[in-house]
Amino acid sequence: MMAGGATDLTDGGRAERFKTLALPHLDEVYTLARYLMRSASDAEDAAQECYLRAFRHFDTFRGGPVKPWLLAILRNVCHAAHAGKARLEFTADAGDPQALPLWREPGDTPEQAMLRRSDSQTMRRLIGELPADYREVIVLREINDLSYRDIATVIEAPIGTVMSRLARARGLLHDAWIAAEGGSKTK
Amino acid sequence: MNCDEAAILMHALIDGELDAGHAREVEAHIVGCAACAARLREFQELRRNLTPAGLRYSAPGSLRESIEGRLPAPPAAASRRAVISSFALGAGVSAIAACGLLVMVMRNDDESRILGEVVSAHLRSLQAQHLTDVLSSDQHTVKPWFNGRLDVAPPVVDLTAQGFTLLGGRLDYVDAKPVAAIVYRRRVHVINLFCAPAPDFGHRRAVMESLHGFNVRRWSENGLNLWAVSDINTEELAEFGEKFEAALKQ
Repeated sequence: MMAGGATDLTDGGRAERFKTLALPHLDEVYTLARYLMRSASDAEDAAQECYLRAFRHFDTFRGGPVKPWLLAILRNVCHAAHAGKARLEFTADAGDPQALPLWREPGDTPEQAMLRRSDSQTMRRLIGELPADYREVIVLREINDLSYRDIATVIEAPIGTVMSRLARARGLLHDAWIAAEGGSKTK
Repeated sequence: MNCDEAAILMHALIDGELDAGHAREVEAHIVGCAACAARLREFQELRRNLTPAGLRYSAPGSLRESIEGRLPAPPAAASRRAVISSFALGAGVSAIAACGLLVMVMRNDDESRILGEVVSAHLRSLQAQHLTDVLSSDQHTVKPWFNGRLDVAPPVVDLTAQGFTLLGGRLDYVDAKPVAAIVYRRRVHVINLFCAPAPDFGHRRAVMESLHGFNVRRWSENGLNLWAVSDINTEELAEFGEKFEAALKQ
Protein backbone atom coordinates (compact mmCIF):
# COMPACT_ATOMS: atom_id res chain seq x y z
CA MET A 1 0.00 0.00 0.00
CA MET A 2 1.19 3.48 -0.73
CA ALA A 3 2.59 5.26 2.28
CA GLY A 4 1.76 8.69 0.83
CA GLY A 5 -0.93 10.58 2.66
CA ALA A 6 -0.38 8.63 5.87
CA THR A 7 0.37 11.84 7.71
CA ASP A 8 -2.50 13.75 6.13
CA LEU A 9 -5.30 13.16 8.58
CA THR A 10 -7.72 15.82 7.38
CA ASP A 11 -11.08 14.63 6.07
CA GLY A 12 -10.22 15.86 2.60
CA GLY A 13 -6.88 14.03 2.64
CA ARG A 14 -8.53 10.80 3.70
CA ALA A 15 -11.12 11.26 0.99
CA GLU A 16 -8.44 11.77 -1.68
CA ARG A 17 -6.62 8.61 -0.60
CA PHE A 18 -9.88 6.69 -0.46
CA LYS A 19 -10.83 7.87 -3.95
CA THR A 20 -7.45 6.85 -5.37
CA LEU A 21 -7.75 3.38 -3.89
CA ALA A 22 -11.45 2.66 -4.20
CA LEU A 23 -12.90 4.47 -7.21
CA PRO A 24 -10.96 2.47 -9.84
CA HIS A 25 -13.05 -0.54 -8.75
CA LEU A 26 -16.40 1.18 -9.34
CA ASP A 27 -17.24 -0.81 -12.49
CA GLU A 28 -16.63 -4.09 -10.69
CA VAL A 29 -18.66 -3.00 -7.67
CA TYR A 30 -21.46 -1.87 -9.98
CA THR A 31 -21.32 -5.14 -11.96
CA LEU A 32 -21.77 -7.27 -8.84
CA ALA A 33 -24.53 -4.89 -7.72
CA ARG A 34 -26.35 -5.35 -11.03
CA TYR A 35 -26.27 -9.13 -10.70
CA LEU A 36 -27.29 -9.09 -7.03
CA MET A 37 -29.94 -6.35 -7.24
CA ARG A 38 -31.18 -7.06 -10.77
CA SER A 39 -32.25 -3.50 -11.54
CA ALA A 40 -30.09 -0.61 -12.66
CA SER A 41 -31.48 1.89 -10.16
CA ASP A 42 -31.25 -0.49 -7.18
CA ALA A 43 -27.69 -1.33 -8.26
CA GLU A 44 -26.76 2.35 -8.34
CA ASP A 45 -28.20 2.89 -4.88
CA ALA A 46 -26.33 -0.14 -3.55
CA ALA A 47 -23.01 0.90 -5.14
CA GLN A 48 -23.33 4.40 -3.73
CA GLU A 49 -24.21 3.11 -0.27
CA CYS A 50 -21.23 0.73 -0.51
CA TYR A 51 -18.78 3.56 -1.19
CA LEU A 52 -20.16 5.78 1.56
CA ARG A 53 -20.08 2.92 4.03
CA ALA A 54 -16.57 1.95 2.94
CA PHE A 55 -15.40 5.53 3.45
CA ARG A 56 -16.91 5.64 6.94
CA HIS A 57 -14.97 2.47 7.78
CA PHE A 58 -11.83 3.46 5.88
CA ASP A 59 -9.96 3.97 9.18
CA THR A 60 -10.40 0.30 10.00
CA PHE A 61 -9.15 -0.83 6.57
CA ARG A 62 -5.79 -2.44 7.28
CA GLY A 63 -4.26 -2.45 3.81
CA GLY A 64 -4.26 -5.51 1.58
CA PRO A 65 -6.32 -5.77 -1.59
CA VAL A 66 -9.05 -3.13 -1.80
CA LYS A 67 -11.31 -4.93 -4.28
CA PRO A 68 -12.46 -7.84 -2.05
CA TRP A 69 -12.90 -5.43 0.86
CA LEU A 70 -15.21 -3.22 -1.23
CA LEU A 71 -17.11 -6.17 -2.73
CA ALA A 72 -17.69 -7.65 0.74
CA ILE A 73 -19.23 -4.33 1.84
CA LEU A 74 -21.35 -4.21 -1.31
CA ARG A 75 -22.60 -7.74 -0.69
CA ASN A 76 -23.70 -6.77 2.82
CA VAL A 77 -25.45 -3.68 1.47
CA CYS A 78 -27.32 -5.81 -1.10
CA HIS A 79 -28.31 -8.39 1.50
CA ALA A 80 -29.63 -5.65 3.76
CA ALA A 81 -31.59 -4.14 0.87
CA HIS A 82 -33.12 -7.51 0.04
CA ALA A 83 -33.99 -8.16 3.67
CA GLY A 84 -35.71 -4.78 3.85
CA LYS A 85 -37.89 -5.47 0.84
CA ALA A 86 -40.54 -8.04 0.30
CA ARG A 87 -39.43 -10.90 -1.89
CA LEU A 88 -38.28 -9.48 -5.16
CA GLU A 89 -39.80 -10.81 -8.31
CA PHE A 90 -37.16 -11.50 -10.89
CA THR A 91 -37.34 -9.23 -13.90
CA ALA A 92 -35.08 -9.91 -16.82
CA ASP A 93 -33.25 -6.82 -18.07
CA ALA A 94 -32.20 -8.08 -21.48
CA GLY A 95 -33.77 -5.04 -23.13
CA ASP A 96 -31.82 -2.61 -20.96
CA PRO A 97 -29.92 -0.18 -23.23
CA GLN A 98 -27.10 0.00 -20.65
CA ALA A 99 -26.61 -3.73 -20.93
CA LEU A 100 -24.30 -3.42 -23.92
CA PRO A 101 -20.87 -5.00 -23.74
CA LEU A 102 -18.08 -2.55 -22.94
CA TRP A 103 -15.95 -3.45 -25.91
CA ARG A 104 -15.69 -5.91 -28.72
CA GLU A 105 -12.83 -8.10 -29.77
CA PRO A 106 -11.04 -6.37 -32.62
CA GLY A 107 -11.87 -7.90 -35.96
CA ASP A 108 -15.49 -8.68 -35.22
CA THR A 109 -17.73 -8.25 -38.21
CA PRO A 110 -21.06 -6.58 -37.38
CA GLU A 111 -22.68 -10.02 -37.64
CA GLN A 112 -20.22 -11.55 -35.20
CA ALA A 113 -20.63 -8.58 -32.90
CA MET A 114 -24.40 -9.02 -32.99
CA LEU A 115 -24.07 -12.70 -32.28
CA ARG A 116 -21.64 -12.05 -29.47
CA ARG A 117 -24.01 -9.52 -27.97
CA SER A 118 -26.98 -11.80 -28.05
CA ASP A 119 -24.85 -14.61 -26.58
CA SER A 120 -23.75 -12.28 -23.82
CA GLN A 121 -27.31 -11.24 -23.15
CA THR A 122 -28.42 -14.86 -22.93
CA MET A 123 -25.57 -15.58 -20.56
CA ARG A 124 -26.40 -12.54 -18.43
CA ARG A 125 -29.95 -13.73 -18.12
CA LEU A 126 -28.89 -17.28 -17.23
CA ILE A 127 -26.48 -16.02 -14.57
CA GLY A 128 -29.23 -13.76 -13.26
CA GLU A 129 -31.54 -16.74 -12.87
CA LEU A 130 -29.10 -18.73 -10.70
CA PRO A 131 -29.88 -18.90 -6.97
CA ALA A 132 -28.10 -16.04 -5.15
CA ASP A 133 -25.41 -18.21 -3.49
CA TYR A 134 -24.32 -19.56 -6.86
CA ARG A 135 -24.84 -16.34 -8.79
CA GLU A 136 -22.42 -14.40 -6.63
CA VAL A 137 -19.55 -16.90 -6.93
CA ILE A 138 -19.95 -17.02 -10.72
CA VAL A 139 -19.86 -13.21 -10.96
CA LEU A 140 -16.89 -12.93 -8.60
CA ARG A 141 -14.87 -15.64 -10.39
CA GLU A 142 -15.81 -15.33 -14.05
CA ILE A 143 -16.58 -11.64 -14.41
CA ASN A 144 -14.72 -9.85 -11.61
CA ASP A 145 -11.84 -12.35 -11.81
CA LEU A 146 -11.20 -12.81 -8.10
CA SER A 147 -8.96 -15.56 -6.76
CA TYR A 148 -10.54 -18.21 -4.53
CA ARG A 149 -8.98 -16.57 -1.51
CA ASP A 150 -10.53 -13.20 -2.36
CA ILE A 151 -13.92 -14.79 -3.07
CA ALA A 152 -13.71 -16.46 0.36
CA THR A 153 -13.13 -13.00 1.88
CA VAL A 154 -16.09 -11.49 0.06
CA ILE A 155 -18.62 -14.21 0.86
CA GLU A 156 -17.19 -14.79 4.34
CA ALA A 157 -16.84 -18.53 3.85
CA PRO A 158 -13.93 -20.99 3.81
CA ILE A 159 -12.14 -21.74 0.52
CA GLY A 160 -13.61 -25.26 0.52
CA THR A 161 -17.10 -23.72 0.37
CA VAL A 162 -15.99 -21.45 -2.47
CA MET A 163 -14.80 -24.49 -4.43
CA SER A 164 -17.91 -26.60 -3.89
CA ARG A 165 -20.26 -23.68 -4.65
CA LEU A 166 -18.38 -22.80 -7.78
CA ALA A 167 -18.53 -26.44 -8.94
CA ARG A 168 -22.29 -26.53 -8.34
CA ALA A 169 -22.79 -23.08 -9.90
CA ARG A 170 -20.97 -24.05 -13.09
CA GLY A 171 -22.97 -27.28 -13.25
CA LEU A 172 -26.27 -25.37 -12.99
CA LEU A 173 -25.17 -22.71 -15.45
CA HIS A 174 -23.96 -25.30 -17.94
CA ASP A 175 -27.30 -27.16 -17.82
CA ALA A 176 -29.26 -23.91 -18.21
CA TRP A 177 -27.05 -22.86 -21.12
CA ILE A 178 -27.51 -26.20 -22.92
CA ALA A 179 -31.26 -25.90 -22.41
CA ALA A 180 -31.25 -22.32 -23.76
CA GLU A 181 -29.13 -23.34 -26.78
CA GLY A 182 -31.50 -26.21 -27.52
CA GLY A 183 -34.45 -23.82 -27.28
CA SER A 184 -32.96 -21.31 -29.69
CA LYS A 185 -32.15 -24.02 -32.24
CA THR A 186 -35.71 -25.34 -32.35
CA LYS A 187 -37.12 -21.85 -32.98
CA MET B 1 -8.73 -39.65 -6.21
CA ASN B 2 -12.37 -40.53 -6.86
CA CYS B 3 -14.88 -38.86 -9.17
CA ASP B 4 -16.57 -36.87 -6.37
CA GLU B 5 -13.28 -35.25 -5.43
CA ALA B 6 -12.33 -34.70 -9.06
CA ALA B 7 -15.74 -33.08 -9.74
CA ILE B 8 -14.83 -30.31 -7.30
CA LEU B 9 -11.09 -30.09 -7.87
CA MET B 10 -11.34 -29.90 -11.67
CA HIS B 11 -12.72 -26.37 -11.19
CA ALA B 12 -9.69 -25.35 -9.16
CA LEU B 13 -7.62 -26.87 -11.97
CA ILE B 14 -9.46 -24.79 -14.60
CA ASP B 15 -8.94 -21.69 -12.47
CA GLY B 16 -5.23 -22.31 -11.94
CA GLU B 17 -5.75 -22.50 -8.18
CA LEU B 18 -4.11 -25.89 -7.61
CA ASP B 19 -0.49 -26.45 -6.67
CA ALA B 20 1.53 -28.65 -9.00
CA GLY B 21 1.06 -31.81 -6.91
CA HIS B 22 -2.73 -31.63 -6.73
CA ALA B 23 -2.96 -30.55 -10.37
CA ARG B 24 -1.09 -33.72 -11.38
CA GLU B 25 -3.42 -35.87 -9.28
CA VAL B 26 -6.53 -34.37 -10.86
CA GLU B 27 -5.07 -34.65 -14.36
CA ALA B 28 -4.11 -38.27 -13.72
CA HIS B 29 -7.68 -39.05 -12.66
CA ILE B 30 -9.15 -37.29 -15.68
CA VAL B 31 -6.88 -39.17 -18.08
CA GLY B 32 -8.23 -42.44 -16.71
CA CYS B 33 -11.92 -41.44 -16.37
CA ALA B 34 -13.96 -40.76 -19.49
CA ALA B 35 -16.92 -39.30 -17.54
CA CYS B 36 -14.78 -36.73 -15.71
CA ALA B 37 -12.89 -35.91 -18.91
CA ALA B 38 -16.23 -35.18 -20.61
CA ARG B 39 -17.34 -33.00 -17.67
CA LEU B 40 -14.09 -31.04 -17.83
CA ARG B 41 -14.55 -30.42 -21.56
CA GLU B 42 -18.10 -29.18 -20.92
CA PHE B 43 -16.91 -26.67 -18.35
CA GLN B 44 -14.09 -25.48 -20.57
CA GLU B 45 -16.62 -24.96 -23.36
CA LEU B 46 -18.91 -23.08 -20.96
CA ARG B 47 -16.04 -20.82 -19.90
CA ARG B 48 -15.22 -20.00 -23.52
CA ASN B 49 -18.74 -18.60 -23.72
CA LEU B 50 -18.40 -16.60 -20.53
CA THR B 51 -16.62 -13.61 -22.04
CA PRO B 52 -16.23 -11.18 -19.14
CA ALA B 53 -16.22 -8.15 -21.44
CA GLY B 54 -19.76 -8.90 -22.56
CA LEU B 55 -20.98 -9.71 -19.07
CA ARG B 56 -19.61 -6.69 -17.24
CA TYR B 57 -21.60 -3.56 -16.60
CA SER B 58 -20.02 -0.14 -16.63
CA ALA B 59 -21.04 2.29 -13.93
CA PRO B 60 -22.91 5.35 -15.22
CA GLY B 61 -20.92 8.60 -15.04
CA SER B 62 -23.65 10.11 -12.88
CA LEU B 63 -23.02 7.43 -10.22
CA ARG B 64 -19.31 8.23 -10.07
CA GLU B 65 -20.07 11.95 -9.79
CA SER B 66 -22.66 11.38 -7.13
CA ILE B 67 -20.23 9.32 -5.00
CA GLU B 68 -17.45 11.86 -5.44
CA GLY B 69 -19.87 14.63 -4.54
CA ARG B 70 -20.78 12.97 -1.26
CA LEU B 71 -17.18 12.49 -0.08
CA PRO B 72 -15.39 15.37 1.70
CA ALA B 73 -13.67 17.87 -0.61
CA PRO B 74 -9.88 17.72 -1.10
CA PRO B 75 -7.78 19.92 1.22
CA ALA B 76 -6.19 23.09 -0.06
CA ALA B 77 -2.91 21.38 -0.99
CA ALA B 78 0.23 22.91 0.47
CA SER B 79 2.43 23.68 -2.50
CA ARG B 80 5.83 22.02 -2.63
CA ARG B 81 7.48 25.41 -2.55
CA ALA B 82 5.66 26.21 0.70
CA VAL B 83 6.87 22.92 2.20
CA ILE B 84 10.46 23.58 1.16
CA SER B 85 10.46 27.19 2.29
CA SER B 86 9.00 26.15 5.62
CA PHE B 87 11.97 23.84 6.02
CA ALA B 88 14.37 26.58 5.02
CA LEU B 89 12.84 29.14 7.35
CA GLY B 90 12.04 26.80 10.22
CA ALA B 91 13.39 28.46 13.35
CA GLY B 92 14.80 25.44 15.16
CA VAL B 93 16.07 23.72 12.04
CA SER B 94 19.75 24.08 11.26
CA ALA B 95 20.83 24.65 7.67
CA ILE B 96 22.40 21.18 7.46
CA ALA B 97 19.30 19.43 8.72
CA ALA B 98 17.22 21.46 6.28
CA CYS B 99 19.40 20.26 3.42
CA GLY B 100 18.96 16.69 4.54
CA LEU B 101 15.20 17.09 4.64
CA LEU B 102 15.22 18.80 1.28
CA VAL B 103 17.08 15.85 -0.25
CA MET B 104 14.54 13.50 1.30
CA VAL B 105 11.64 15.51 -0.05
CA MET B 106 13.16 15.59 -3.53
CA ARG B 107 14.05 11.91 -3.53
CA ASN B 108 10.54 10.88 -2.46
CA ASP B 109 9.24 13.13 -5.17
CA ASP B 110 11.45 11.41 -7.70
CA GLU B 111 10.30 7.97 -6.62
CA SER B 112 6.63 8.83 -6.81
CA ARG B 113 7.15 10.37 -10.25
CA ILE B 114 8.85 7.21 -11.50
CA LEU B 115 6.10 5.12 -9.87
CA GLY B 116 3.63 7.14 -11.93
CA GLU B 117 5.70 6.57 -15.06
CA VAL B 118 5.94 2.79 -14.72
CA VAL B 119 2.18 2.57 -14.13
CA SER B 120 1.61 4.75 -17.21
CA ALA B 121 3.94 2.55 -19.26
CA HIS B 122 2.00 -0.50 -18.05
CA LEU B 123 -1.30 1.13 -19.07
CA ARG B 124 0.06 2.15 -22.47
CA SER B 125 1.23 -1.40 -23.10
CA LEU B 126 -2.33 -2.66 -22.55
CA GLN B 127 -4.07 0.02 -24.59
CA ALA B 128 -1.93 0.44 -27.67
CA GLN B 129 -1.88 -3.21 -28.72
CA HIS B 130 1.84 -2.99 -28.26
CA LEU B 131 2.37 -5.41 -25.44
CA THR B 132 5.42 -7.10 -26.92
CA ASP B 133 8.09 -6.36 -29.51
CA VAL B 134 9.33 -9.92 -29.32
CA LEU B 135 6.56 -12.44 -28.80
CA SER B 136 7.88 -15.68 -27.36
CA SER B 137 7.45 -17.84 -24.30
CA ASP B 138 11.07 -18.98 -24.70
CA GLN B 139 13.47 -17.09 -22.43
CA HIS B 140 16.34 -17.91 -24.82
CA THR B 141 14.54 -15.99 -27.57
CA VAL B 142 13.45 -13.03 -25.45
CA LYS B 143 16.75 -12.34 -23.68
CA PRO B 144 19.00 -12.06 -26.79
CA TRP B 145 16.44 -9.79 -28.46
CA PHE B 146 17.47 -7.00 -26.07
CA ASN B 147 21.13 -7.24 -27.20
CA GLY B 148 22.22 -3.98 -28.75
CA ARG B 149 18.96 -2.29 -27.80
CA LEU B 150 19.92 -1.60 -24.19
CA ASP B 151 23.14 -1.13 -22.26
CA VAL B 152 22.14 -3.86 -19.81
CA ALA B 153 21.23 -7.50 -20.32
CA PRO B 154 17.88 -7.82 -18.56
CA PRO B 155 17.23 -11.05 -16.67
CA VAL B 156 14.57 -13.13 -18.44
CA VAL B 157 13.38 -16.25 -16.64
CA ASP B 158 10.65 -18.66 -17.51
CA LEU B 159 8.17 -18.91 -14.63
CA THR B 160 5.51 -20.96 -16.41
CA ALA B 161 5.90 -23.81 -13.94
CA GLN B 162 5.30 -21.32 -11.12
CA GLY B 163 2.07 -20.09 -12.70
CA PHE B 164 3.39 -17.00 -14.53
CA THR B 165 3.55 -17.42 -18.29
CA LEU B 166 6.25 -15.55 -20.19
CA LEU B 167 4.65 -13.67 -23.09
CA GLY B 168 7.63 -11.80 -24.48
CA GLY B 169 9.60 -8.58 -24.22
CA ARG B 170 9.35 -4.97 -25.25
CA LEU B 171 11.49 -1.84 -25.30
CA ASP B 172 9.87 0.93 -23.25
CA TYR B 173 10.79 4.29 -21.77
CA VAL B 174 10.74 5.29 -18.12
CA ASP B 175 12.18 8.54 -16.85
CA ALA B 176 13.13 9.32 -20.49
CA LYS B 177 15.53 6.36 -20.58
CA PRO B 178 15.11 3.11 -22.48
CA VAL B 179 14.19 0.16 -20.25
CA ALA B 180 13.44 -3.50 -20.84
CA ALA B 181 9.85 -4.58 -20.24
CA ILE B 182 9.46 -8.33 -19.77
CA VAL B 183 5.85 -9.38 -20.03
CA TYR B 184 4.22 -12.17 -18.07
CA ARG B 185 0.65 -13.36 -17.74
CA ARG B 186 -1.20 -14.67 -14.68
CA ARG B 187 -4.68 -15.92 -15.62
CA VAL B 188 -6.07 -12.95 -17.58
CA HIS B 189 -3.73 -10.42 -15.95
CA VAL B 190 -0.65 -8.94 -17.54
CA ILE B 191 2.46 -8.29 -15.47
CA ASN B 192 5.02 -5.87 -16.89
CA LEU B 193 8.46 -6.24 -15.33
CA PHE B 194 10.51 -3.12 -16.07
CA CYS B 195 14.32 -3.33 -15.75
CA ALA B 196 16.60 -0.31 -15.79
CA PRO B 197 20.28 0.03 -14.91
CA ALA B 198 20.74 1.15 -11.29
CA PRO B 199 23.41 3.72 -10.35
CA ASP B 200 24.90 1.32 -7.77
CA PHE B 201 25.13 -2.42 -7.21
CA GLY B 202 23.31 -2.42 -3.89
CA HIS B 203 20.49 -4.78 -3.07
CA ARG B 204 17.35 -2.95 -2.07
CA ARG B 205 14.56 -4.97 -0.52
CA ALA B 206 11.21 -5.11 -2.23
CA VAL B 207 8.67 -2.37 -1.54
CA MET B 208 5.02 -2.79 -2.50
CA GLU B 209 3.21 0.32 -3.66
CA SER B 210 -0.12 1.01 -5.24
CA LEU B 211 -1.31 3.64 -7.69
CA HIS B 212 -4.66 4.00 -9.47
CA GLY B 213 -5.56 0.45 -8.50
CA PHE B 214 -2.35 -1.04 -9.86
CA ASN B 215 0.18 -2.69 -7.61
CA VAL B 216 3.89 -2.12 -8.06
CA ARG B 217 6.65 -4.18 -6.49
CA ARG B 218 9.95 -2.35 -6.66
CA TRP B 219 13.37 -3.74 -5.78
CA SER B 220 17.03 -3.56 -6.82
CA GLU B 221 19.72 -6.16 -7.33
CA ASN B 222 22.80 -6.83 -9.43
CA GLY B 223 22.94 -3.28 -10.71
CA LEU B 224 19.31 -3.26 -11.85
CA ASN B 225 16.23 -1.44 -10.66
CA LEU B 226 13.14 -3.59 -11.16
CA TRP B 227 9.46 -2.72 -11.06
CA ALA B 228 6.76 -5.37 -11.45
CA VAL B 229 3.44 -3.71 -12.34
CA SER B 230 0.06 -5.40 -12.56
CA ASP B 231 -3.56 -5.29 -11.51
CA ILE B 232 -3.25 -8.63 -9.71
CA ASN B 233 -3.46 -8.42 -5.93
CA THR B 234 -0.46 -7.65 -3.77
CA GLU B 235 -0.05 -11.23 -2.52
CA GLU B 236 0.19 -12.62 -6.03
CA LEU B 237 2.48 -9.83 -7.17
CA ALA B 238 4.72 -10.46 -4.13
CA GLU B 239 4.70 -14.15 -5.06
CA PHE B 240 5.74 -13.23 -8.60
CA GLY B 241 8.63 -11.10 -7.30
CA GLU B 242 9.81 -13.79 -4.91
CA LYS B 243 9.66 -16.51 -7.58
CA PHE B 244 11.52 -14.25 -9.99
CA GLU B 245 14.26 -13.48 -7.45
CA ALA B 246 14.53 -17.15 -6.51
CA ALA B 247 14.82 -18.18 -10.18
CA LEU B 248 17.62 -15.65 -10.71
CA LYS B 249 19.63 -17.09 -7.85
CA GLN B 250 19.55 -20.59 -9.32
